[in-house]
Amino acid sequence: MPLKIGIPAKGRIQSEAISWMETVGMNIMRSKNSREYSARVRGIENLELVLLSASDIPSELSAGSIDLGITGIDMMRERVPNWQLRATELRKLGFGKADLLVAVPKVWVDADTLHDLDEVAAQFRRTHGWRLRIATKYHNLTREFLSLNGVADYQLVDSKGATEGTVANQSAEAISDIVSTGETLKANGLKPLTDGVILKSEAALLLSTEKQLSAKGRGVLAEIEERVGGFATSTEVR
Amino acid sequence: MSASSAAASRAETERLLRFFESAGAVRVDLDVLQPAGTLLDLYGEDIRARAFVTTDPVRGELMLRPDFTVPVAEKQIKRAAGPARVTYAGLVFRKQAPQSSRAREFLQVGCEIFGESCRADADAEVFALMHEAVASLRLKAVAGDLGVLLSAVDSMSTTQARKAALKRHIWRPVRFMSLIDAYSGKSGDGAERLQRLTPSAAERLIDSAGPMIGIRSKGEILERIEAIAGERRASPLVPTEVEALSRVLGVRGCAQSALNQLREIQRKLPGIELSLDGFEDRLKALKSHGINPSSISFEATYGRTTLEYYDGFVFGFVPGSGNEVPPVVSGGRYDYLTRQLSGADSLPAVGGVVRPEAAVSLMGLI
Repeated sequence: MPLKIGIPAKGRIQSEAISWMETVGMNIMRSKNSREYSARVRGIENLELVLLSASDIPSELSAGSIDLGITGIDMMRERVPNWQLRATELRKLGFGKADLLVAVPKVWVDADTLHDLDEVAAQFRRTHGWRLRIATKYHNLTREFLSLNGVADYQLVDSKGATEGTVANQSAEAISDIVSTGETLKANGLKPLTDGVILKSEAALLLSTEKQLSAKGRGVLAEIEERVGGFATSTEVR
Repeated sequence: MSASSAAASRAETERLLRFFESAGAVRVDLDVLQPAGTLLDLYGEDIRARAFVTTDPVRGELMLRPDFTVPVAEKQIKRAAGPARVTYAGLVFRKQAPQSSRAREFLQVGCEIFGESCRADADAEVFALMHEAVASLRLKAVAGDLGVLLSAVDSMSTTQARKAALKRHIWRPVRFMSLIDAYSGKSGDGAERLQRLTPSAAERLIDSAGPMIGIRSKGEILERIEAIAGERRASPLVPTEVEALSRVLGVRGCAQSALNQLREIQRKLPGIELSLDGFEDRLKALKSHGINPSSISFEATYGRTTLEYYDGFVFGFVPGSGNEVPPVVSGGRYDYLTRQLSGADSLPAVGGVVRPEAAVSLMGLI
């Protein structure tokens, strides 16, 4: 059985993942039908490419249904609690860089820090009778971060996309979202809290630790390791 | 769990229910599915990390009860009768850390006393009941008193705003200490930013900052800027009082010795007298229930980091060794919670729960 490597089926991380793979000599052979969601990799034996929804890569890795995966470390940490038990981060890839952070309206001139956010949350609850809403799709990471920093009296509301617009739409008072340049934040009248960075994210190559690799699989992994100039984490025990 | 230990846990559950009934408690049944909104409003987002959430097309977001405190108190508030003793039993459901071996569902049998205005007596009655219920297990009793902590904060010579902020974070020790430091002038907000944020400059700052978006109004922003200015004007906390507060937090020992230590601290923080009188009354009441106060080990901060909204007497019965195992019995007073639930007067409430499965597994060891 060839090793399976999963990358996002669309979007910027996909194209950057493909060009990163090419720079290390792994060329993707898409079949004529470009709607197909798998492909062979030329230049390296026994490696098969699987295109997946970006948000499914963490769970597929932790289930062991793919052996390798390229995904943002934000996704991995959010989707799989104690992800270190299920997968190893072989190497950060230097693209897909973005910060997961907490942002509030720019017009809140009284709020620059998490301390301020906590005080504003107390005031908001006293004034309105309900908890200040923070829109996010990163519930676990945000909750953990705010709890660690002693922010109380807030609630998380789910946002599947266009999170930056939720404040103007009055469906949230603040947001926690992934931000790369900050332009979208600014355009929507928001600013990051100075100490509000939850996670500095980028794309990473991950190895599932759910299944024991075959001798052939270990060979493929060693080959990739050589091509990319080494892994951050030793895979020798495997 | 094996079939025999499951049967033993069921038998122990029945025994405890009958024991609480024989002590005058009325048995009540409570729903497993609880409206998520009520629990979220009381406990905050942290409850989502602890409780299993599910949805119903009609009733919306629901939680599998993470404990009985809220449903049992709600039921009592609705009934609005006089003093009452109730008992109940069933499974509760808690998420645990991925590698944790702690149970995700486990039994609880509880007993609560509502509406007794003599708090010392009711506290002692619940404690003595729980003590008798698990007497054969030879557990160690640990107790604390969040009421003493709250009154220690209240009796400091500082602004109401600071006291309110400290009390709001009494359940979050790290944040609590960082506020103490900030109010003592040891750390705190960047001075430069505060210079700019004067009430007179506020309107202009707001107007030039960006579009007015969201529900939080300009008035609310101005109000907080006033509050920040007030905070800046307030004098630092009195060092002797901060020291007294940290001594309160550090009190440990048997309950009688803890009272003596606290009376000593009272010289520096006279405002805690009333809460210590309550403490002393409780020790007397415990004695009259046949409990020796020296057998209870007291930690001022016990129960401070649990999810529960305990705000007075708190206690737990733990196996002799180690803090790693969850307590077999835990309980306490939660007048604050009933006030939140009823939206009006507080219904005096104190109670405790036994975990029959933990009790049964200990019986095997004795």
